[in-house]
Amino acid sequence: MADILRERERQVYRKGQAQPFQLDCEKQSAAGSVSQRACVFCGSRVVLYPIADALHIVHGPIGCASYTWDIRGALSSGPELHRLSFSTDMQEMDVVRGGEKKLYAALCELIDAHQPKAAFVYATCIVGVIGDDVAAVCKRVSLEKGIPVLPVHSEGFKGTKKDGYIAAGDALMQLIGTGPIEDISPKSINILGDFNLAGETWMIRDYYARMGVQVVSCITGDGRIDDIRRAHGAALNVVQCSGSMTHLAKQLKEKYGTPFMRVSYFGVEDMSRSLYDVARHFNDREMLQRTQVMVREELERIMPKLAEYKKILEGKRAAIYVGGAFKAFSLVSALRHLGMTTVMVGSQTGNKDDYEQLRELCDEGTIIADDSNPLELSSFLEEKDVDVFIGGVKERPIAYKLGIGFCDHNHERKEALAGYEGMLNFAREVHSSVMSPVWRLTPRKRGSALEVVK
Amino acid sequence: MSSSVRITKSAPRPNWVSTRNPCKACAPLGATLVMRGIAGALPFLHGSQGCATYMRRYLISHFREPMDIATSGFSEASTVFGGGANLHQGLDNVTSQYHPALIGIATTCLTETIGEDVHGLLHEYQAKSKSDEHPVLVHVSTPSYNGTHVDGFNDAVREVVEQLAERGATPSAYVTNFVNLFPGMVSTADLRFLKEVAADFAMPITLFPDYSESLDGPSMDKYKKIPDGGTTIEAIRATASAKASIEFGRTLRTKRTAASFLQEKFEVPAKRIGMPIGIHESDVFFAAMEKITGLKTPEKYKQERGRLVDAYVDGHKYLFGKRALVFGDEDLVVGLASFLAETGVVPVLCASGGKSGALGRSIAEVTTHVRENIVVREGVDFMTMAEEVELKDLKPDFIIGSSKGAKLARELGVPLIRVGFPIHDRIGGQRVLHLGYSGAQQLFDLVVNTLLELKQDSNSIGYSYL
Repeated sequence: MADILRERERQVYRKGQAQPFQLDCEKQSAAGSVSQRACVFCGSRVVLYPIADALHIVHGPIGCASYTWDIRGALSSGPELHRLSFSTDMQEMDVVRGGEKKLYAALCELIDAHQPKAAFVYATCIVGVIGDDVAAVCKRVSLEKGIPVLPVHSEGFKGTKKDGYIAAGDALMQLIGTGPIEDISPKSINILGDFNLAGETWMIRDYYARMGVQVVSCITGDGRIDDIRRAHGAALNVVQCSGSMTHLAKQLKEKYGTPFMRVSYFGVEDMSRSLYDVARHFNDREMLQRTQVMVREELERIMPKLAEYKKILEGKRAAIYVGGAFKAFSLVSALRHLGMTTVMVGSQTGNKDDYEQLRELCDEGTIIADDSNPLELSSFLEEKDVDVFIGGVKERPIAYKLGIGFCDHNHERKEALAGYEGMLNFAREVHSSVMSPVWRLTPRKRGSALEVVK
Repeated sequence: MSSSVRITKSAPRPNWVSTRNPCKACAPLGATLVMRGIAGALPFLHGSQGCATYMRRYLISHFREPMDIATSGFSEASTVFGGGANLHQGLDNVTSQYHPALIGIATTCLTETIGEDVHGLLHEYQAKSKSDEHPVLVHVSTPSYNGTHVDGFNDAVREVVEQLAERGATPSAYVTNFVNLFPGMVSTADLRFLKEVAADFAMPITLFPDYSESLDGPSMDKYKKIPDGGTTIEAIRATASAKASIEFGRTLRTKRTAASFLQEKFEVPAKRIGMPIGIHESDVFFAAMEKITGLKTPEKYKQERGRLVDAYVDGHKYLFGKRALVFGDEDLVVGLASFLAETGVVPVLCASGGKSGALGRSIAEVTTHVRENIVVREGVDFMTMAEEVELKDLKPDFIIGSSKGAKLARELGVPLIRVGFPIHDRIGGQRVLHLGYSGAQQLFDLVVNTLLELKQDSNSIGYSYL
């Protein structure tokens, strides 16, 4: 049984246990708990990162820029400014004297050199402490250079990753509403919360194109400043990754009256439901028919192959630990589609409703955890004798050390897992990890290598 | 400061204010690595949650091992009112969950900027802690706005030794005749190599830090809260009683280090030499071992050296006059420059994100026989390196350094030979052996074969016999 910190006892739940369901969440991580969470800066950085024609500069000491340089699989069809790392690299004297002058000079030289469409300035921890007026510097540079220069108030300690999403959304709100919208179709959407990992946005865009829906902007996969400026012209906001984007969607609804709906592009059922929901929203029979034809085509293509994987994967046990809970719903369904059972599921930033929904979705005995840590996760994996663990880079070594398969479903991945093709990739990846012969040699399954020979 | 006219220290260039594609990480990262190299220890960052998570990801992607780093997890309130409560609660929680023998606390830019008195806070904590078995606490100041991950590493080594070393403490395993070895930031394979050398000399050593097992361990059936391996606290305490200290790093000459501290306070003679990369620097290392032990270098290493010289001869034509761009942690760059230069490769640009002020002089010392110009740049990023290459028409044939040079290599259209830290785009980065004759042998084969492959692939003939 897991060794759970007293402060965290109410953040772990086993479905079927006697007491009523009540999971604490949306709390600051307990000090000393090795949380898998990041910080406010991380939340802002992941959301804005894929905007490829903007300059992203981290105002602070070098670490925050180093650790986020080109680590994500967010692709661009054109400019790749987002894949460079820029920092004011504050030194001791900058801390003492203030970093505004350095930030001004850095912004000017980088804008001159790279000619971006806009610039995002990420404030890190100490910027908030020493009191640099980042907004004032941004305003000045914006006037001088004639492009939007947007402060992102992402001081690491000022909350959780979710507050970083909000800070990113606030920066985006300053852009949205500044572009022309005359030519936008009444059947148009913004794709919110897809980040074009391994080209996933392109797949999703293709589905919408085949349905006859105009995509005004994608926020932020393969993102472009000029598209984002026009986002207020779309008729509907379609929100994936709800944790990061619901706040922005609500703001857009409030300011521009644009309705929004939550979708998910992971797994066959969720993918299809999302497309149908969009088609139904526009109340267009022809569009609905086109969607049906497309979904049928896509399913016919992948279902036989998925069935083959299902035969092999039937009954295998999976654990899930991801950033946002909404992705976890889709993963539970997708795994079920492959005949697999989810025995543990958790997220860094889920809220009460999310966990309630997860509880309904999961089988008896499933462990549900909020803001977990390596010791808990490793004990869950051992206790439930898991075959594959789905998470991000920080979870990978926990699985591998124990001789357990792992599938990367985080921002660093280089495999497209969204859409129909993505479901097939997902199945392939789970299969290749679960069925690898290397587990025959690991101590957890078979004892030591020498015993295998005996 | 340069001791040689061949070394160009700097050149006219646009004076960039920003850092563009950094060739460094921040100081606390190096400190957490050192703490992971102490037996039974857990690294702990006093600062925001994100710092620990980002550094874990960075280290995990290189070592491909679990790397738990605890944190006090600053909130807005702790930033205003001080993080003492968070630190204390964090230490309590870490102790109750991990039962560590030692907690190694490093600060971050946030806690340094608000002026946290970590020493005082720990003192308070220890005073009020009633438990008999609370862990040993060590701490190091690593503001990210000073220096690089390497500075954080070296400062942590020094601080741990300063806080633990005591006269009269003798490790039980051996009596008095032993040597301290402070290798700097090297790979797990390098650490294992150094332990092997000591064993072959029959000379007990205290190798610190030692993450050769904790960050490159076997597959497990049960998760270990704190992985096995590491320098024992007892051995670190006893560093004050060693016969001598050997410390790798020519660029450390400007710094106060663990070895210099032990010499000053406990009269343990300190021998500072370069990282033993290539024949010359390895010769210096084995000579130092001979001098300290009074023993001859074991035959095995003479054989290795002989085979390496033979390999240099076999491959010399492929390397002579080839031009390399060398980048990375300063002492690794010095070692690589020494190695490359002795094989006939010209290290046309030696660059580092570090700023010891001693890189130029150190490179000059190990490349005295090189007739061509060598450009040395401290405190630079990858875009500056690219500009330097263009501005001075350096035309490198290959780049050698961490995986962070992949983009530069692609732009220049030359191969990148991956060494050092981090290696995030290949497997086995932690197992690259750099040190000793055997390390040089592996590096040599890698360099020659990279150039042979290039030759093979870059023409239409497709030689199958080279």
